[in-house]
Amino acid sequence: MSEIARLFRAREAGILVMLVLFVAVVSLIQPRFFSTETLRIVLLAVPLILVAAMGQMMVLVARHVDLSIGSILGFSAIAAGMVFRDHPELPLFVGFAVGVLSGAALGFVNGLVVTVFKLPSIIVTLGTLSLYRGLLFILSGSKQIDPNDIPEPLIRMAQTSPIDIPWIVIIAFGVAFATWLFLTYSQIGRQIYAIGSNPVAAPLRGIRVMPVTILVFTLSGALAGLAGLIYAARFGYVNPGITGVGFEFTVIAAVVIGGVSINGGVGSVLGTVLGVLLLGSVQVALPILGVSGFWQNAIYGGIILIALVIDRTVRQGGLRGLLARGGA
Amino acid sequence: MLRRNLMLAVALGATLLSGAAYAADPVSIVYIPKNTGNPYFDSIIKGFEDGCKTLGCEFTTVAPASAEATSQIPFVTAQIQRGVNVVAISPNSPDALNQVFDRARAKGTIILSVNSDMPGNETHRDAAILPVDFTKTGPSQVELLGKQIGYEGEIAILSATTDAPDQNVWIAAMKETLEKDPKYAKMKLVTIAYGDDDPQKSTTETEALLANYPNLKGIISPTTVGVAAAAQVVETAKKADKVKVVGLGTPNQMRRFIENGTVEAFQLWSPYNQGLLAANFAVGVKNGTIKNEAGTVFEVPGLGKVTVEKDSVIKTQADLTTFDKTNIADFNF
Amino acid sequence: MTSIDKNPVAPRVIVREAAAPRPRWQVWLIRPEVVTLLLLVIAAIVATRLSPFFADLGFILESSTYYIEFAIVALVLTIVIISGEIDLSPAAQMALSACLFGTAFKAGAPIPVAMGVSLLSGLVMGAFNGFFVTVLRLPSIIVTIGTLILYRGLAQVLAGDKSISGFPGWFVGIDYRMVGIVPVPVLVFIAASILLGLFLGITIYGRQIYQIGTSEIAAIHAGIRVRRIKMGLFIASGLTSSIAGLMVASRLGSVRYDLATGGELTMVLIVMLGGTYIFGGRGSILGTFLAAWLLVIIATGMTVANIAINAQLTIMGLLLIVSIIATNAIYARSQR
Repeated sequence: MSEIARLFRAREAGILVMLVLFVAVVSLIQPRFFSTETLRIVLLAVPLILVAAMGQMMVLVARHVDLSIGSILGFSAIAAGMVFRDHPELPLFVGFAVGVLSGAALGFVNGLVVTVFKLPSIIVTLGTLSLYRGLLFILSGSKQIDPNDIPEPLIRMAQTSPIDIPWIVIIAFGVAFATWLFLTYSQIGRQIYAIGSNPVAAPLRGIRVMPVTILVFTLSGALAGLAGLIYAARFGYVNPGITGVGFEFTVIAAVVIGGVSINGGVGSVLGTVLGVLLLGSVQVALPILGVSGFWQNAIYGGIILIALVIDRTVRQGGLRGLLARGGA
Repeated sequence: MLRRNLMLAVALGATLLSGAAYAADPVSIVYIPKNTGNPYFDSIIKGFEDGCKTLGCEFTTVAPASAEATSQIPFVTAQIQRGVNVVAISPNSPDALNQVFDRARAKGTIILSVNSDMPGNETHRDAAILPVDFTKTGPSQVELLGKQIGYEGEIAILSATTDAPDQNVWIAAMKETLEKDPKYAKMKLVTIAYGDDDPQKSTTETEALLANYPNLKGIISPTTVGVAAAAQVVETAKKADKVKVVGLGTPNQMRRFIENGTVEAFQLWSPYNQGLLAANFAVGVKNGTIKNEAGTVFEVPGLGKVTVEKDSVIKTQADLTTFDKTNIADFNF
Repeated sequence: MTSIDKNPVAPRVIVREAAAPRPRWQVWLIRPEVVTLLLLVIAAIVATRLSPFFADLGFILESSTYYIEFAIVALVLTIVIISGEIDLSPAAQMALSACLFGTAFKAGAPIPVAMGVSLLSGLVMGAFNGFFVTVLRLPSIIVTIGTLILYRGLAQVLAGDKSISGFPGWFVGIDYRMVGIVPVPVLVFIAASILLGLFLGITIYGRQIYQIGTSEIAAIHAGIRVRRIKMGLFIASGLTSSIAGLMVASRLGSVRYDLATGGELTMVLIVMLGGTYIFGGRGSILGTFLAAWLLVIIATGMTVANIAINAQLTIMGLLLIVSIIATNAIYARSQR
């Protein structure tokens, strides 16, 4: 156990070093980057990714993957937006409830199909990626939720709060803290790690794999739903064809950078938060440095591959072990 | 949910019935917007529908899910097969559709490019219906911003993609206006950013503009996604009094910012009239009452006299419409 | 390589014996390919009923050219999946190789040279995937998500958001070249199906691939060069993707970084509809061949009937999930 703890620490320290190095290098090239203004922009860019990343992290720890979160985000944002538009008399929390619950329901369906039929989650969620997008088009009648249909208080959540840090930032870090509590102190939280490290042994240890796995997908969906509301707050409108498209790749990149192993069982909230911050900094730094936005995807893809190799190297005890044991 | 499904089923039924009617006389028109769920094109569709109501033509609309360059091709092929008379389309690419257009026209289908043209590939379509005299967009936007900032200070442009043909025509005109007209001598264009018509990228690009140019006085964003994102960023950063945002936007998208004072004024044209004009032109050409050649003048009810210009280009209106606090309530699109 | 397979019939017999305690007619009928064929017939009937404009062979063949590039790659993907791996990056490979072709052409290279560059890039991209999977032994599912983003990103870096066009007339319009009423890309697909079907069905390599997918450890013990074969499959996938990318370039007469976006979903859908087992070891080229036509009929039928795209997305997603559930169920049945 202590060895694993040390490994965690090593991983997070590594990401922290990368983050610090990145900020330092960018600041050297462009001193303007090192400012409270930049910090503000990064903090505004992060909540959307962070909230969804918490869900995706749990899914990955349980040795699954959820590709449908972009469509779930769009679906929930549209569902909540329609409540705001068609029933402006209802209080804000009703819209939040609709967004989060609809996300949870879609995530539940993912979990159900994956566990009942024992199918690989990547293919199932590739299917629901298309299915949920289609459903959200049908639900919305292909109509956008315009800015004047988004309630003013929701938009203000992306701008301010009593302590001057925008509400969405507070919510996002609150979600991260709650996830940490859940994974560290609850029995189910520990079981998620157990399932991911050894799915065969987990039932022998009395863990009910199926309900726990379904729960993980449901949580991932609910958090993607919450991210949908953050989207509506930050961008001020929801479009059925744009909102959430390609979002899954950003989130998976952030989580994998954060040291969550795609082989399950390994991953921490702190690492994921750092990964999200690193990704958010890259996103903000590119235009400030004047680097063409065209580089963004190539950089994300490259980072994922590098993170994979590092992950493998750590587990194989260095590069030599990695290559030596490769022979078949 | 159930009701939606029922509506879908009814819609399907209606499509089937109308399919059988194509053998009859009325001109059949299909409009293919860039992608589904884009409110701007909903107004064009409304114009088509109303036009066809009075003219008695058959109108349908189909759209791909994404605005990716090739996504419209299967739809055009299917419409040729359905034997429609006119395919009106807002093309996602200036060149990727050339082949399928040629084939459609070989079979007698009229191809109308609506809302934007296909620069360099004009020979592959029959006519283009443009919303406004595009040469006026650039100068008009510069004037709108200049008025608000006292014709002085640093300004930036937030565009869509680097190869969007209309955007580049307008940006070139803006540059020329700023250079040539002494009135704008003290306005300095510092940079052009590209937001790809993606809300997220437009947002980060605008934030970078504010960070990189602390003395920025104004942003021109001649694209509906960009101008809304720019306004949102300026509002969030509480810099609405320091940085003025103008651009091309739809009233529904911009209403909030006009009402809360973030944006003083923006411009656009009438997409609805474009649809109306396109419907009238299509039916006229098909029935032989309008000649599709330069110099032809025809009358559109509600719009007045319209002229077909060189290369079969038709402009819906001459000047841009400016929206501000005084008139925004009159528009809903 | 050949020493272990002196008796090439042996592995097949073992597989069949384990699967055939039931009457012969059942074995024949409850095969995923039969289900695919049945669906194909049903889809054709429904499509004909949905729209009077559908039942026109020329039109269906013409429309098939929009999906046939994906179908060609799906043939190779079938073999990759049978071997127990997956490749999600071919659509991005198509884009990058097509953009490389366009860039080389714009830089002044003659078309054959530009095509060579593109094909070479396919080899390199495939080998890159193969390196991560076979040498570093990382799971292909996540590696190819990474390379999917990377390759598409590189295409964007290379071509920006501009489209590259202006190719000479002889290169443009492969889908307009007909043999009888059959467009050339369809012929390519049919020829590739026959070749790969034979490769998988009657060569030693084909049988080794089934063995690897059924039990990799057993395959290693049987002396099969698992890593080499898998590397070869990834390279073949890359090469096929670049050929498909060139076909798209020819069909459109222009290339852009976002070409074939989301194509991975279509390809996986075709393979799954064809009854290939997602966990490897089972599946056939015949199934994929039939599934490609099933997809063409469904997509074309819905488009010509003016069915809104939202319903199309919904149906495609549902089909993918239902088809893996059905295939899984059939294999579970035949196993015990």
